[in-house]
Amino acid sequence: MTDASLVVTDLRVEFSGFVAVGGVSFDAHPGEVRFLIGPNGAGKTTCIDAITGLSKGTGSARLGEKELLGKQVHKIVRLGVGRTFQTASVFDELTVLQNLDIAAGRHRSPISLLRARRGVDPSIEQALEETGLSGELATQAGILSHGQKQWLEIAMLLVQDAKVLLLDEPVAGMSHDERTATGELLQRIAAKRIVLVVEHDMDFMRRFATRVTVLHQGKVLSQGSVAEVQADPKVQEVYLGTAGAATTAAMSVVPEPVAATKNRTED
Amino acid sequence: MTKSKSWLSLSGIGVFAVLLLAVAPLMLTDHWLNNLGKYCCWAIAAVGIGLAWGRGGMLVMGQGVFFALGAYSMAMHLTLETAGDRIPGFMVLYDPLAPLPMFWEPFRSATFTLLAIVLLPVIVAGILGYALFKRRVKGAYFAILTQALAVALAVLISSTIRETGGDTGLSDFKYFFGFVLNDPANKAMVYFIAAALLIVCLLAVWQLYRSRFGELLVATRDAEERVRFLGYDPANVKLVAFIVSALMASIGGALFVPIVGIITPAEIGAAASILMIAGVAFGGRASLFGPALGAMAVGWGQSSLGSTWPEGWTYILGLLFIVVVLFLPNGLSSLPARLAAARRKPDVQPTPVIVAAELEEVRS
Amino acid sequence: MDALIAPLLNGSAQGALLLLAALGLSLTFGQMGVINMAHGEFLMIGAFAAYLVQQVIKASDLSIPVALPVAFVVAGLFGLLLEVTIIRWMYRRPLDTLLVTVGVGLILQQAALQIFPSQGVPVEKPSWLDGQLNILGYAWPLRQLFTIVLAVACVAALSAWLKYTSFGRRIRATVHNRDLAETTGISTRAIDRLTFFVGSGLAGVAGVAASLIGGTNSQMGAQYIIPAFLVVAAGGIGQLKGTIIAAWAVGVALSYFAYWTTGSLAQVLAFILVIVFLQLRPQGLFTVRTRSLA
Repeated sequence: MTDASLVVTDLRVEFSGFVAVGGVSFDAHPGEVRFLIGPNGAGKTTCIDAITGLSKGTGSARLGEKELLGKQVHKIVRLGVGRTFQTASVFDELTVLQNLDIAAGRHRSPISLLRARRGVDPSIEQALEETGLSGELATQAGILSHGQKQWLEIAMLLVQDAKVLLLDEPVAGMSHDERTATGELLQRIAAKRIVLVVEHDMDFMRRFATRVTVLHQGKVLSQGSVAEVQADPKVQEVYLGTAGAATTAAMSVVPEPVAATKNRTED
Repeated sequence: MTKSKSWLSLSGIGVFAVLLLAVAPLMLTDHWLNNLGKYCCWAIAAVGIGLAWGRGGMLVMGQGVFFALGAYSMAMHLTLETAGDRIPGFMVLYDPLAPLPMFWEPFRSATFTLLAIVLLPVIVAGILGYALFKRRVKGAYFAILTQALAVALAVLISSTIRETGGDTGLSDFKYFFGFVLNDPANKAMVYFIAAALLIVCLLAVWQLYRSRFGELLVATRDAEERVRFLGYDPANVKLVAFIVSALMASIGGALFVPIVGIITPAEIGAAASILMIAGVAFGGRASLFGPALGAMAVGWGQSSLGSTWPEGWTYILGLLFIVVVLFLPNGLSSLPARLAAARRKPDVQPTPVIVAAELEEVRS
Repeated sequence: MDALIAPLLNGSAQGALLLLAALGLSLTFGQMGVINMAHGEFLMIGAFAAYLVQQVIKASDLSIPVALPVAFVVAGLFGLLLEVTIIRWMYRRPLDTLLVTVGVGLILQQAALQIFPSQGVPVEKPSWLDGQLNILGYAWPLRQLFTIVLAVACVAALSAWLKYTSFGRRIRATVHNRDLAETTGISTRAIDRLTFFVGSGLAGVAGVAASLIGGTNSQMGAQYIIPAFLVVAAGGIGQLKGTIIAAWAVGVALSYFAYWTTGSLAQVLAFILVIVFLQLRPQGLFTVRTRSLA
């Protein structure tokens, strides 16, 4: 694929006076699973919204040479930036195959859109295999399990050939096994693409993150490897200051289910 | 749509074609054949509404506008053809000395008229749709704005008596592209054209529904933002469906004129536009045959009950809206599937790949 | 001078009438998300209520002041009936409310056509509205001023009610967050019914004003519904201020257009004006986008 990186510099987002993101800079490269964490309201999702054109932001977000900010949503997508949402949004009334086919279709000519589909694109088959959805080809997306919907969303990003995958809480509501499968999937995908994950689940972060950026009140608090971030006194302070020692503990030692609940209470 | 379902629909169109083009002309009197032709015109417009509303989620409440573009283009041509070299009679009535209005001149040409019937709705729907969809006007706003357009156009026509015939409309056409309209054989020919075009329109949406575009349209209807995040511009997807539906309304309007013999603002205004919606809602907006059959049923009610028992007909029409929306949101065409689902065990999911919108009530 | 003042004053009155028609809509549509196409017919009901009041109280000086609250209550009760029987089943399905109420509107129109003479019935103006007011040389009919006063009074009453009464606060709470409102002990069902009653009642008041200007007939509601919706759309959802400005602007624009061209062309022009306006300022046109896109 490409070795272009996603470089965000001094990103600011304001909502009628309220500064949701106040000068955030970070970068993400192919080959790493990049995590964006922080307490609720830290501006994680807003960052993604700004990069994908959903919210208006100032500063800069570059993919390789191309500036993303200020472009229309669908044009940013065409530059290779794909995203998922906190609540899985797939086309419930279409089958898995139809969902993926639409995702794969933006390169198609208008004329070919007017024809019925014959066979399955190789890229779709590959994505199905990658995400373990091969058996669900003809299933209507609306009746997939929650985890499967999330995977379908990731598969859609794969067939649309996104260079950057921005994933907003991809493992929320998943079982332990599903989380592990998702994490491994992300690591495989990240070999060739930029993967940026917004997550609350600290256990998941610890297991699969290559590098982490901690946001707090719209600013970058700390950046580095999992170990570095956990050792950062500023991070500890923020988490101590907001939700008590338990959360800091959760970040390092407490088993996953408890960690998840702690984070929920903090919401 | 699965393959088998798709080919089943195609054979359904075949059966429908045989009924309209072979059985009906043999069985019906000239009078009823002409009536059936009128219903076909409404059905053509309805097929387009099914595409825009049923599949595309755009509640087009002003299809009377596009119906009018076709109808008045045709009516102006037929009026000029009937008048020959003279100024049309109704114009002379209001002002004997004034010349033919400028915009009438080109409609002397049969070619121009046919082009206008096709291109005018495409251009108008293109501009209107582009403006509205790019600005993400949708849902009820879109419905109200299109309805407002129909109201405005009807008012405009009503008030320009000398230019368009006003409320009395355009009528008394003697010729149809050289054919004498009084001749029953020629009347039958016009019927055949309308019926054939209805079949063509059904075939067109059949192909659209099974195409990738059809899937994309449904996807846009259900999750417009998500489609945007796949790199498409949903405005373009909707625009195509809107333009095609406008074109169909125009074709329906154009054939309405020689079949019925008169066009007035009442046939294109708010009430008429709502009547078109009624048929589509009744038949089943997202299904292939629902809009056409529903429109024919409502058309029949309108022209038979509407004249013999007008009070009752309006009540029926009003109740139709209420009952369909409350109890049968996807129209009569969803009835078999719902009955079948009711007969099965309640926990069994209906076949996942039936007409998309039939699943709406499962969800809600 | 007359050429400039007359359309301005007439237009302001026209705008006031539009505002009265749109006020209830901005409540039911703006606050509840219901597209009530039968709102025009509720206006018609108000007009017929004024006529019926005049059959009982012959003195028109007295009958119109009596007709206003009567029309409010009667139209409100029709609205309440609609809410309880039909609308309650389709919250969050705006397009369905639109279709259903189209049907209700048709039925009400037809019923009015059968109950009352088809050419409509006259509503007599009270004598205190006969006069004219001389404004910069233009004799302005007092009934136009009355429409404006009525509109201002309704706006003031509505906003005071929303702002200062506990009912009004509960309505706003329900609009903001239905679930939260419920958990704090507000009966959202009761709030829905009340909102719909008031919204429809306002249509009834508008009907009385309309009957003084154009009389009554079964089609009168249909004339008002689309312009009223355009006003609400242009004003922005749930924005009382926006509705007021939009109504006045459309009224005055219609009046000037009609002065320069013809009444019907003015309608077409006003429509184009609204479309162009929505192109420039679509804010408030689409719902607030959320993270989840739900």
